[in-house]
Amino acid sequence: MAFTTEHENGSSERSPKIRLKNVYKIFGDYPEDGLKLLRSGKGKADIHRETGCSIGVTNASFDIKTGEIFVIMGLSGSGKSTLLRLLNRLIEPTSGSIEIDGQDITTMSRKALIELRRRDISMVFQSFALLPNRNVVNNAAFGLEVAGVGEVERKAKAMAALKAVGLEGYSESRPDELSGGMKQRVGLARALAGEPSILLMDEAFSALDPLIRTEMQDELVRLQSERSRTIVFVSHDLDEAMRIGDRICIMQNGNVVQVGTPDEIVGSPANDYIRSFFRNVDVSQVFKAGDVARRNQITIIERQGVSAAAALEQMKSRDREFAIIVGRDMKYHGMVSQASLMEKIRSKAEDPYRKAFLADAAPILASEQLSGVLGQVAASAWPVPVVDDQHRYIGAISKSVLLETLDRAN
Amino acid sequence: MSFDIGDGIDSAVNYILDNFSPALDLTAASIGFLTGGLQSGLLSIPMSVGIAIFALLALWRVSFSFAVFAGLSLALVGQMGLWAAMMETLSLVIASTVIAMIVGLPLGVAMARRDSVAAVIRPTLDLMQTMPAFVYLIPAAMFFGLGAVPGTIATVIFSMPPVVRLTNLGIRQVDVEFVEAGNAFGCTPTQLLLKVQLPNAMPSIMAGINQTIMLSLSMVVIASMIGAGGLGNTVLTGIQRLDVGTGFEGGLAVVILAVILDRLTQSLGKKRAIWRLPFVKLAVREPEAKTV
Repeated sequence: MAFTTEHENGSSERSPKIRLKNVYKIFGDYPEDGLKLLRSGKGKADIHRETGCSIGVTNASFDIKTGEIFVIMGLSGSGKSTLLRLLNRLIEPTSGSIEIDGQDITTMSRKALIELRRRDISMVFQSFALLPNRNVVNNAAFGLEVAGVGEVERKAKAMAALKAVGLEGYSESRPDELSGGMKQRVGLARALAGEPSILLMDEAFSALDPLIRTEMQDELVRLQSERSRTIVFVSHDLDEAMRIGDRICIMQNGNVVQVGTPDEIVGSPANDYIRSFFRNVDVSQVFKAGDVARRNQITIIERQGVSAAAALEQMKSRDREFAIIVGRDMKYHGMVSQASLMEKIRSKAEDPYRKAFLADAAPILASEQLSGVLGQVAASAWPVPVVDDQHRYIGAISKSVLLETLDRAN
Repeated sequence: MSFDIGDGIDSAVNYILDNFSPALDLTAASIGFLTGGLQSGLLSIPMSVGIAIFALLALWRVSFSFAVFAGLSLALVGQMGLWAAMMETLSLVIASTVIAMIVGLPLGVAMARRDSVAAVIRPTLDLMQTMPAFVYLIPAAMFFGLGAVPGTIATVIFSMPPVVRLTNLGIRQVDVEFVEAGNAFGCTPTQLLLKVQLPNAMPSIMAGINQTIMLSLSMVVIASMIGAGGLGNTVLTGIQRLDVGTGFEGGLAVVILAVILDRLTQSLGKKRAIWRLPFVKLAVREPEAKTV
């Protein structure tokens, strides 16, 4: 981890890129009234009842250092996306100051703000926000085009950015011809093309499949290692925050409850809310089976005329002992092992596939407390499949996953 | 206490007539120039060439079968001796649609940008659409005399609301994230409009223009009462002489023109038109690309 200093003394080591001081955002027709009530110590519900205002961000003060990946984390409605949008004034703060490179942006003129957005800050969006009427390269060049960069230069820069995210072959494609992961690569290229010093990323990878999400996280870290920017990344995903964040800011109901490195936050969480993320007294009492189930087992969809030999081949090629058999509707059917399949194929059994199902591989319900199924997982020779109340396959809990979860707890 | 709205309107009309006649003349002259030029231009095209142009447009933008329909139905109009009248009507429709767009698009944009503007324009549009056309036909004739010019103006009043409304709606419905992206990358309000909002509102705006064209066609019969000419005249003659046959012929020609214009303008809202010929099937779109 590159940064391990605490945020309190961090400013002495490096100058902050972004500094927030007592930033408030209150939504509503009369935010000043709401602000007054909030400062007098009234609760969210009271303020809403009296003024119709709702609280976005309450008294946020922290520094974001040059060159770090700063993750703002919280559940939905915690104000994390609002906080991010205050940084480029897509949302106007109600009160407080936000300094970028020592310059307060809250008092900036409209013109200076546009200049700042063109030069220093760019943004990546959760649902990509690629303009459908432009092809990939023109999307990537959008920021430069708006800033008045000539066509030849902006195309060259956009192509370079596309190359950096591995999409140089798709410059003439339309956004709707791309998969989700590729779309977000274009979104990333668009944000990188203008070589901004700050990158704001709003749940940028949340709409992607788990595998692609991990790939994009690695990609971001790689891009960051090649050329350092200050990245502010909003996420609701704990794993994502721990994976990419140099420092993490945790938000709850519009309040910043803790800012620190992942280690600091895991090591000394500021309150129970954070503890519930990281350090439960007994994690098995908090987590349900569905929370820890992972979808990393091979799943084979059972179809008419499916061959047991093909399934076996797939398991062998991916070097997995077990595979989960599901229906087309993702309903859990059963579980096979290489050994059970091989045996039924050898004995030329009728319908070797179904006969190979492991007799005692009973699935557990996702809603069951982890503590209730500890014994079953521990005693099982294979990962225990987890299904939802409609009997759809959700994932499996292996011994190693279980141990990892319990280890995080203590 | 009582006051008379009718008297007020009367004196307002008279006041405008007395004091603004140069402005009225200028308006009349410029609209007259537009409609007159369009009319003589369209009438100078020989009928056979005109039919061919329509058929080719239909083939390009819509389909082969629609091109056959367009060719045959236009030939029928020629057979009824109504080609020239139809071209007159077409010039009226084009002129009023162009004016409605010139006035309506900026109004729609203004409505989308400011709620206060929308609050003023919306009831005005309601008024324009629901006020019986005959009511403003008379002042139009008083201001601009008889002929194509007041006909065009009356048609514009009646047909402009859809393009304003749907431009407003289209811009307001542009995805919030697109607008955020535009702002986040430093668009000025004008850049946001031209590069983000208008391109993404295009299908809606095209639907508005299509509706404007349809409404202006439905206005031609009424406009013919103040001498706008065209197919409306044929229908009007049929009505006045109780000549059912003539009236029906005129009506049929209006319908044919309406169907052709409707299909052609609808096709403009679609993303990509392709040549569609019988027996030749083009692969429409590659299936979505996927990565793993």
